[in-house]
Amino acid sequence: MDVGRLRKIDDTRWTVPLASHETRAPVILFGTESLLSTMDDKVLEQILNTSRLPGIVGPAVTMPDAHWGYGFPIGGVAAFDADEGGVISAGGVGFDISCGIRSLRTPLTSKQIEPVIGELSEALFRAIPAGVGEPGHHPVTLKELDQIMKGGAGWAVRNGFGTESDLSRSEENGTMEGANPSAVSDKAKERQRNEMGTLGSGNHYLEIQVVEHLEDSRTAAMFGLFPDQVLISIHCGSRGFGHQIGTDYLLRFVKEAPKHNIQFPDRELAYAPIRSALGQEYIGAMKSAINVALANRQILTHLAREVFKRFFGDLSIETVYDLSHNTCKEEVHLYEGKKRRLWVHRKGATRAFGPGHPALSPPFLETGQPVFIGGSMGTGSYILAGTPESEALSFSSASHGAGRAMSRHEALKHWNGRSLVQDLKAKGIVIRSRSMRGVAEEAPGAYKSIEEVGRATELAGLAKRVAYLVPKICVKG
Amino acid sequence: MPPTRPPDPPEPGDSGSSYSYFKHDADIGISAWGKTLEEAFIQTAEATFFLMGDLAEVLPRRRIDVRFKEEDLELALYQWINLLLTEAMIGEMILCRFSLIRRNDFWEGSGWGEAWREDLTRGIEVKGATMTDLSVRKSGRGRWETRLIVDV
Repeated sequence: MDVGRLRKIDDTRWTVPLASHETRAPVILFGTESLLSTMDDKVLEQILNTSRLPGIVGPAVTMPDAHWGYGFPIGGVAAFDADEGGVISAGGVGFDISCGIRSLRTPLTSKQIEPVIGELSEALFRAIPAGVGEPGHHPVTLKELDQIMKGGAGWAVRNGFGTESDLSRSEENGTMEGANPSAVSDKAKERQRNEMGTLGSGNHYLEIQVVEHLEDSRTAAMFGLFPDQVLISIHCGSRGFGHQIGTDYLLRFVKEAPKHNIQFPDRELAYAPIRSALGQEYIGAMKSAINVALANRQILTHLAREVFKRFFGDLSIETVYDLSHNTCKEEVHLYEGKKRRLWVHRKGATRAFGPGHPALSPPFLETGQPVFIGGSMGTGSYILAGTPESEALSFSSASHGAGRAMSRHEALKHWNGRSLVQDLKAKGIVIRSRSMRGVAEEAPGAYKSIEEVGRATELAGLAKRVAYLVPKICVKG
Repeated sequence: MPPTRPPDPPEPGDSGSSYSYFKHDADIGISAWGKTLEEAFIQTAEATFFLMGDLAEVLPRRRIDVRFKEEDLELALYQWINLLLTEAMIGEMILCRFSLIRRNDFWEGSGWGEAWREDLTRGIEVKGATMTDLSVRKSGRGRWETRLIVDV
């Protein structure tokens, strides 16, 4: 990105000088100069397009890990007021609806897994369906899928895939209210029947990680974290189900636009007014997909626990938190001194409620919501906590990952999957994947520096770093 | 009158038709071309499924059919690729050969392939075609060219 087009507010906040007729809301880009300079110009183009949508309540913002997406940039956040003609955009949610991260803490330390790391990685690889063409071990009927669309992780827990405490440590307590299965196409339902409990492909993973160091010991202790602790992190979403909903509704938004005299700057940014029948249908379908994603991560949690039980006996493996980073949620925010009910799109951005937020339960009411910045295979990840100031800065949103610095196409020219697996093994990281192409595309060098993203996120006040984790095993699709 | 499907999978590799990939930050761009509009669409489909596996290993054992009505060529490409992906996902298949016939706004196509086998090379899962950078046009040289970005 040409940083010369931006005006610097401070070390991690930038804006674009624009005349009032050029936009409906200000644009703020979070990140250090070096992070912004590696971003594609499309990030700026896409957030400017976003800032021109009807009913936006400013600012439209990008996170420090932003990159070129569809319609919205990945790492884009924008809030809309339904009473002021605000809109909902499928491109603002993302195709992988409710893609997110669940992190689990074990009482184990790295020394306890090191002697069995080969066998453990093999067992996880066999137990966790991952990658293209790998169906789940738990096919569901259409009737069960209807229940999952309404019940989310709650359905999974009631059916033996977890515990009640998993639910209390999850956004929405594991169940998104307001889902409408009748707004979901039969194709989406058919597509998901054999995909429950699957990881998927691309940047999704199940990682065994170790707490390398703590940045904030007190908050870490309240999250149940300690140095050298073994964690399990699961990154995935609503699989083909969410994608089918995104595909179906994007087409409908585009087709209906002429009837309402709507013209899009980018078809991928197609939207419907929140108050319209089509907007409400999409919201009901999107919430169904959020529940499918919550249930999916809950089933994967169960599968991972079963593997650990075989190796280490009955352990207490508890959820640290489960969060989504591709959503649109109705939230109350204090904006310019007034409480406003807003629909906050977070496309590749994590909700990051600060301490005292009424949606949080103990201990997060005191610490702020856990936030996860997932890294790439060979680099670390961060656990952070929401801050009080993020509400005014970004509608309580923070970064979600390292963010790609290089396209998949370029990554394939630079790396070979098998060599990469060997190189990472020499560094003590075991990679298990059926796709060497997928491994090469996900090379750590194709991503931005996770340390810089974590530091910029904290410097900007979006979230506060709590712990830094390093990978030991990575199961990839 | 709806178009008529060919009964057997066509042979691949029509000269003058091909595809390549272009970069997108998070996902993958496909550009394809053909002497006819239908051939360009078929090449786009082949490029999409080639990301998921080595199509030379895949046998055309089963057929899936798709049909739709669409007057906008870009939206037709979006629907063609997404319908093929949807049917392949539901059937747990990978597709290797394609046919497509257009009559006015009616499109009728087929994909041939097989269920995933343990010994098939695995690429990456393509979840769908997007509308970002989507284009269908006839070039000055008279060939049809497509561009689309797929979500992986």
